[in-house]
Amino acid sequence: MPTPYEIEIRGLHKSFGDNEVLRGIDLEVATGEVVCVIGPSGSGKSTLLRCVNLLEEPTRGQVFVGGTEVTDLDVDIDAVRRRIGMVFQQFNLFPHVTVTENLTLPQRRVLGRAKGHAAKVARENLERVGLADKADAYPAQLSGGQQQRVAIARALAMGPEVMLFDEPTSALDPELVGDVLAVMRMLAAEGMTMMVVTHEMSFAREVADRVVFMDEGRIVEQGPAAQVVGDPRHERTRNFLTRILDPAAADPPGPEEAP
Amino acid sequence: MQYAVFVAVVVVIAVLADWDRLQNQFAQADLAERLFPDIITIALRNTVVYTLSGFAFGLVLGLVIALMRLSSVAPYRWAASVYIEIFRGLPALLIFIFVGVAVPLAFPGTEIPGGTYGKVALGLGLVAAAYMAETIRAGIQAVPRGQMEAARSLGFSHARAMVSVILPQAYRIIIPPLTNELVLLFKDSSLVLFLGVTLDERELTKFGRDLASQTANSTPILVAGLCYLLVTIPLSFVVRRLEARTARAK
Repeated sequence: MPTPYEIEIRGLHKSFGDNEVLRGIDLEVATGEVVCVIGPSGSGKSTLLRCVNLLEEPTRGQVFVGGTEVTDLDVDIDAVRRRIGMVFQQFNLFPHVTVTENLTLPQRRVLGRAKGHAAKVARENLERVGLADKADAYPAQLSGGQQQRVAIARALAMGPEVMLFDEPTSALDPELVGDVLAVMRMLAAEGMTMMVVTHEMSFAREVADRVVFMDEGRIVEQGPAAQVVGDPRHERTRNFLTRILDPAAADPPGPEEAP
Repeated sequence: MQYAVFVAVVVVIAVLADWDRLQNQFAQADLAERLFPDIITIALRNTVVYTLSGFAFGLVLGLVIALMRLSSVAPYRWAASVYIEIFRGLPALLIFIFVGVAVPLAFPGTEIPGGTYGKVALGLGLVAAAYMAETIRAGIQAVPRGQMEAARSLGFSHARAMVSVILPQAYRIIIPPLTNELVLLFKDSSLVLFLGVTLDERELTKFGRDLASQTANSTPILVAGLCYLLVTIPLSFVVRRLEARTARAK
């Protein structure tokens, strides 16, 4: 059944014990669309993202990616995940192997690509993120921003149809954020379908086709970036944006829920 | 003050001990000479073989039990916990007797493959596996959760992620404690004494004791002891070096 949507989320609920984190989410992401999810810490936005590739198992509801129901108990989840790239707040590069091996290991073990092919794809993707010269370095020798770009290249090397970004710049020093956002901007321009949980309002305003504001496990409002970020309708969105855009004006937002 | 006490104790022992008799009983040079080369080519060699085979078997079994302990399947976890508690709680000697007596009794007609070597590998391995399982589990759990999540999100199955991503990282953490376990096993191999072995299967302790009773002199025991130290002291040194390296890497 072909659908115009790359990601389709229907009636999604997620609880951790008594803590209801997602209380009924309906959301679609069209092919080639960039959707930014914003919201205060604990609003459930990271959990929502992690439900898309089933790193968290939803309590109730359905998730479709590329027409395949991810939440179907019989689905080959490893096969579905190959089509979904994910980038984490903490990069999660494999520290025991080099940058190149970070890219080739999954290609070879998961996709069964030959050594030469995997190496070629790795090189191309490292060039895309501007880190071809770090091919032989170990992750610990790179700055946070470089590590995150390698993590993006690692996901891209698998040839995903969708990319999920879970606060990709939140663990970075401010001066390193720009390089990572530049890579993401490039991906968006190339037509990659992206779902991005972020606190970078300028990125959301500039790159996102749609911005989704979440609070307390629900979608409060969504629409074009200019509207949601520039002229929010809901009181809660306005409060959140005030605090985020001018942290000095209010209590700074607390740390994001730990991964 | 501490030094004074220490020196006093050493002096008292040195003065009161009957050194001539001790030397007579433990350090007869000609007797010691007669132990060679058999004490090396048979006894030490067997001790090493017993230890390594027990270690290899224990490592495989320990890895399986560690993975069971971390499994999402509850009965696996329970079985692993029960195993660990039982085999850590029993004296190794009891397990050896069990392997030597109970297994042939329980399964009549069956032979443990490898004869004495098989029995020893089994006995030592069963004990070692319980300790190693806990070491390996701790090593796996010391690898950040994000590593498994990153691997799974790239499409690795759980088992593949374990083999390609998690275990290679855990391995660095568990090498020092596992080497320590090797030292303990090396000493525990002396329990072979209670299995009843042929002349060529004797290891250091049995070899030393047999010759001590033959010659009515304890020199062979002393030499056997020195043979143990010949291996354990360098190994302990290696463990300390590895531990220092792991500490630096953090």
